[in-house]
Amino acid sequence: MDLSLLADPVFLAQNLVDGLSRGALYGVYAMGFTLIFGVLDILNLAHAATFMWCAFVGWLIMAAGGAPLPLGLVAAMIAGAAIALMLEFVAFRPLRREGADKLSSMISSIGASLIMVSVAEAVFGVQTRRFPNSVLNPKPFFIGGAGGVRISRAQILILAASVLLMVALGLFIRKSRMGKAIRAVAASQKAARLLGIDVNSVIVVTFLVGGALAGAAGILVALLTNNIVPGMGNQIELRGLAVVILGGMGNIEGAVVGGFLLGLVETLTIAYVPGGSDIKDAIAFLILFIILLVKPNGIMGRGKADRA
Amino acid sequence: MSLLEVRDLEVRYGSIEAVRGLSFSVEAGAIVAVIGANGAGKSSTLLALSGLVRASSGSIAFGGRDIAALRPDRIVRAGLVQVPEGRAILAPLTVAENIELGAWTRRDAAAEVAKDEERVYALFPRLAERRLQLAGSLSGGEQQMLAIGRALMAAPKLLLLDEPSMGLAPMLVSAIFETIAEIRRSGTTILLVEQNARQALRIADSGLVLAHGRLFKRGPSEELLADPAIVEAFLGKA
Repeated sequence: MDLSLLADPVFLAQNLVDGLSRGALYGVYAMGFTLIFGVLDILNLAHAATFMWCAFVGWLIMAAGGAPLPLGLVAAMIAGAAIALMLEFVAFRPLRREGADKLSSMISSIGASLIMVSVAEAVFGVQTRRFPNSVLNPKPFFIGGAGGVRISRAQILILAASVLLMVALGLFIRKSRMGKAIRAVAASQKAARLLGIDVNSVIVVTFLVGGALAGAAGILVALLTNNIVPGMGNQIELRGLAVVILGGMGNIEGAVVGGFLLGLVETLTIAYVPGGSDIKDAIAFLILFIILLVKPNGIMGRGKADRA
Repeated sequence: MSLLEVRDLEVRYGSIEAVRGLSFSVEAGAIVAVIGANGAGKSSTLLALSGLVRASSGSIAFGGRDIAALRPDRIVRAGLVQVPEGRAILAPLTVAENIELGAWTRRDAAAEVAKDEERVYALFPRLAERRLQLAGSLSGGEQQMLAIGRALMAAPKLLLLDEPSMGLAPMLVSAIFETIAEIRRSGTTILLVEQNARQALRIADSGLVLAHGRLFKRGPSEELLADPAIVEAFLGKA
């Protein structure tokens, strides 16, 4: 690589912008994942499939239906909430009612995920779907003139929407009545029941919110990569899990911090390490491994008592 | 009519019968102590009353209404609130949030709830000082106060207390019992399960002695405290 790039502030700034956009998406995805985990103590392994379906819904409504971006985002979030609700009633609640152990529920969510991906392949085929240029508007903005930092419209939307969702979720969980009930159920279902909280309806709300976040992540990732395929969940699934563990299982702030961290590490590795794009996952996961050696409960985690 | 009327209650865990045909009633305004050895079915009875475990047979009438098949949240809403063994405080939430969630089922005006909140903080000034602290950082005694204070926020007609003195220093035990008497004076009926049988009977109007899931003896507290068989088996030396 060109050594002069190392000292180039524009190059660095460019990579920070790209890394933050990528990290914001990991954060949004992981927030929904960790929220559901915090409440149920179960990894919802159909979160990635939900994410993928919402990317298609957003694509359908925008590319085929001609809807504007914000409407596409809202539609994807509604689709995500609806899919997650279905998962709760089909894949999770029946097992919970029978007192099945957590591993069974996880397997059940893997099954749901496989079905969702297969159905997507049957409906959409395996070829890549892309947004028309009219949606993406390829003309980026430049900060600091034509040679400055390039930031695409998609990136602006991603950063704005992600930060908005992070703040909104934080306020919802910390301040609202339902948010407190969600934290109560996450802390102890038995204690929540004794307070008169209907645990099942709190779980439903959790799935609605978590699914909407998967939906937002789906459409925003689709806008960034412009590469919508039934298998697109695979690329974020493991990263999402890594971010959730990195941030502390069930910890929402941790998911945000972990997401940004992973996005930055990946992007900076590609930019500054020779052959970085081939080994970015190896480096990212090596760093994850080292962090977990030092902080086994994640960056923000203090063990189970700290969840949600 | 009694506030709580339990008839032929049975609770089973698989093939284990924890409660085997228990009948008793609790009059409004009373403190009733439930004593008995470990495994006598005390906690199982309370869990069944709160709907956390289903009675396999029998009826539970609360305020004249059968609640045996109700969901736990509906039972709280009806006015039967439990402070479980081990307190079940919400450790990652603040003291104030715990107290606030105690009023989850309340449908009356916010001003009424706020008044009760002040009443709870007045009853437990230690909690008022620690409002913004995480509940998990409280001492055992403070956690017990929080659990009781939180239950009071639901404006219970009947308060079930499961081993409120467990694990507390002797001085705190007396303080907790005093508080329980105080709560009754303000009009709340109390069903009190205690290992600390002597102290429980001293503040109670009457007692139920359970053994092997059945009612072994019932009577006014003074009678039980004076009964040599009860003293021998359940109260130990004074």
